[in-house]
Amino acid sequence: MSQRIKIAQKDGKVSVEERTSAASIFERSVPGRTGFSLPAESADTAKKVDDAIPARFRRKSRAALPEVGELDVVRHFTHLSTRTLGVDTTFYPLGSCTMKYNPKINEDIAALPGNCHVHPHQPADTMQGLLKVYHDTAEILGKLTGLPGVSLQPAAGAHGEFTALLVMKAYFESRGEAHRNEVIIPDTAHGTNPASALRCGLEAVNIQSDSRGRVNIEELKSRLGPNTACMMITNPNTLGLFEDQIHEVAELIHAAGALIYLDGANFNAIVGRVRPADFGADMMHINVHKTFSIPHGGGGPGAGPICVRDFLAPFLPAPHIKFDGTSYSFDHNCPQSIGKVRSYFGNVNNVMRTYVYLRQLGEEGVRQIASYAVLNANYLLSLLAGAYDVPFGRRCMHEFVINATRQKNQGARAMDIAKKILDYGFHPPTTYFPLIVPEALMIEPTETESKETLELFAAAMLEIARLSAEDSSQVTAAPQSTPVTRMDELAAARQPVLSWPDSK
Amino acid sequence: MTNPFILATPAEEKEMLAACGAESIDQIFSDQIPAEYAWNKTFGLPPALSELEIQRELGALAATNRNSTDTVSFLGGGIYDHFCPAAVGAIANRSEFVTSYTPYQPEASQGTLQAFFEFQSLVTRLFATDVSNASLYDGATALGESLFMALGARPDRSTILVSETVHPDSRALAATYLKHFDVKLVTVPQSGGTTDLAQLKEAIGPDTAAVVLQHPNYFGCLEEAEEVAKLAHEAGALLISICDPISLGLLAPPGEYDADIAIAEGQCLGLREFGGGETLGLFTCKKEHVRRVPGRLVGIAKDKYDRQGFVLTLQTREQHIRRDKATSNICTNHAHNALRATIFLCLMGPQGMEHVARMSARNTARLRDAIVSKAPKAIAFEAPCFKEFVVRTKLPAIEVCRRALEKNFFAGVPLGHLGPGFENHLLVCATEKRTDAEIDQFSEVLAPCL
Repeated sequence: MSQRIKIAQKDGKVSVEERTSAASIFERSVPGRTGFSLPAESADTAKKVDDAIPARFRRKSRAALPEVGELDVVRHFTHLSTRTLGVDTTFYPLGSCTMKYNPKINEDIAALPGNCHVHPHQPADTMQGLLKVYHDTAEILGKLTGLPGVSLQPAAGAHGEFTALLVMKAYFESRGEAHRNEVIIPDTAHGTNPASALRCGLEAVNIQSDSRGRVNIEELKSRLGPNTACMMITNPNTLGLFEDQIHEVAELIHAAGALIYLDGANFNAIVGRVRPADFGADMMHINVHKTFSIPHGGGGPGAGPICVRDFLAPFLPAPHIKFDGTSYSFDHNCPQSIGKVRSYFGNVNNVMRTYVYLRQLGEEGVRQIASYAVLNANYLLSLLAGAYDVPFGRRCMHEFVINATRQKNQGARAMDIAKKILDYGFHPPTTYFPLIVPEALMIEPTETESKETLELFAAAMLEIARLSAEDSSQVTAAPQSTPVTRMDELAAARQPVLSWPDSK
Repeated sequence: MTNPFILATPAEEKEMLAACGAESIDQIFSDQIPAEYAWNKTFGLPPALSELEIQRELGALAATNRNSTDTVSFLGGGIYDHFCPAAVGAIANRSEFVTSYTPYQPEASQGTLQAFFEFQSLVTRLFATDVSNASLYDGATALGESLFMALGARPDRSTILVSETVHPDSRALAATYLKHFDVKLVTVPQSGGTTDLAQLKEAIGPDTAAVVLQHPNYFGCLEEAEEVAKLAHEAGALLISICDPISLGLLAPPGEYDADIAIAEGQCLGLREFGGGETLGLFTCKKEHVRRVPGRLVGIAKDKYDRQGFVLTLQTREQHIRRDKATSNICTNHAHNALRATIFLCLMGPQGMEHVARMSARNTARLRDAIVSKAPKAIAFEAPCFKEFVVRTKLPAIEVCRRALEKNFFAGVPLGHLGPGFENHLLVCATEKRTDAEIDQFSEVLAPCL
């Protein structure tokens, strides 16, 4: 980490001390300093503005934004970037998040003026290239999933879940089955599933997994009823296991007149090798920021396109995209549509990056995503399985879950192990998820990592297991190489400080 | 063709398979997935392209799109062509920022956490409100979230009043979001381009949970926000204010007129138009509502050595903890867009924000004056406006846009999508980027159509 040293000048003396927290941009503010360069105000500005905007609408004083120069800003944020780990910095095996390499060509194409400076209200004939990208991306996603009705409007995975559930409700209403208001959700599901159901006025019905980490068929049967609207299932599930009884699950759900919603968070494990429609999915979302290499950007933006069966397509958000053989356009005349779930057409920027990636990979390349994601996960599992307990056997899909109870009993909990991993220069795996595995560490290496990176990470993990067994205090004291060590999150939540205090 | 994103050589692949006790990758799949689901046919995807071909083909495709760098743009209506300093992209594109995940591990994420904390700080100062979250998807979904917050804060009320002058996408979204709840969504009509206050007084009542006002509104007109706030508060309802962040360099911020929840589309803060895709939902509120805030919040924390740092906080509101009792289902937000806005606001500072707001207002006034001098009756609404306004056109506005395009202008947003009666209305916008020559030429081009 750079800038660990702070040179201070006080009372004519220069002191050097270790600086561990980065100064706030507000502390760098110097009254009167500016960081922008625009033409001077036109001579008539004061008069024109005074005439146009009556005094009662005016701001009383300028906003207390920092007053800093361009170099101040550049140094400040460059320094902050060095206090952040990304996929470009190090291995990032965050389970369920698919932190694969983000190709740079995606960024170059997205940044072309003909892409990034198009206004959504331009006449359609002035943005045929962009509309073609929209149309073709939807078509490719429809082919890969086997679900031909596609909407690129949802802005993220959770937003896709929400949108698809609304589509489902509209479908049931059109059939006079508006009473269906229950959504069956396994206990391994992402928290967004029940939260999205709630947002649609639906009720979440939770079911437990069986001892193999799969859907408990008997419990599923007991929860099915006339009010069941759908089951939200993640496949492979968040334990990294393919739901091998999915055929039976889908038959039960469909026999009850309900639908299968596939949470596409783990699509990376099967893309190009299995079409979700073939195992019974009626609708799904795709996290393009996982499967299709969109960078996570510190938490977003992603995009959450949804793919649905033909009979659900009329209900997709408006507008729909149309191609008449010569030109592309948006069709706003969609009488059965649920309406809009986002302004304009969606996260066009990330649809563009998705398209670039899909065009570069082609059919064989897309198949290699899943092939090597699964190979890498199984290889890493084979390296760790002796030192750590893996509750669901030695085969996995694109990710696997460790149960660190053995290490906990030695004194080092899953969280301690995660923090110690930071000291070896890697980002930790996901911790304490899924909820059904105690002391869970969920590891997803992705297809883009090399054999030697997996081995280095495994070496660190084995060393941590050894330390845990011999002297767990060396694990619990971690991390020590980071700008700060473990934070007191309880105190932070008790009296939250959510913005820099105003000096006035 | 080579795949640069797969690193295993055939020899390595063999070693890895041996370690896994598998003959082939196919076997690892067939061990776990019933054979009936294995896809062995073709999808009919377009053929793979090398990076060089991508540059060539997708570069050529992008070049077919007209855009605000080759056509003089008077387009607005929520997405704007504002100035963006070079340093915004240069710094935001640092790959540590671009390729990092949500900062769930604070020790590895102090940089993004601090940036998002500064984002929250900058937004609350610009809006003069208490609390900002760390971003939502866009302005429209920010409205959706604010409605749930308001209904949660006023649990015994079930009517939401939305002014007709609110962005049509936001109004459409509100209808979609509330459809399955027992809530009445009532549109308060406009009169003369602003919310009809008499009708608002008529509609507001003891069942009103919130009043939604956009100021400046979709037509560019300024609303009597202070008066609307008073009306809402007298009835015990919340005021949800949708503002234009750029306008706040000049106009009273939502905190000054006592908005309870203030939201915005933040694309104007250093983001690109991108077909309306590079958006940023700004969400702020009074501190009494902090535990109902949707999405992530970053707060100050200390470690055991008393070193200051930042963490995601109040996470018990969120879906990964609360599941079906969360305040929202949002997980992935628009963090990187928020980072761009953060850098933008720091570079612009108080002076830059004021400058951009004043020059946008000035350029818009110049355009309006030029149109008035040529066609005095073409201005649809007399109310004061900030950076855009509506003109009445003799021809359908879509046709006017077509003609202007021949002279290399994007004339504006044709308002036909608002419904019958608006086909001959055009929403025009002049930001600080427009020059006097462009404004004058554009008014000449428009004149025969007015």
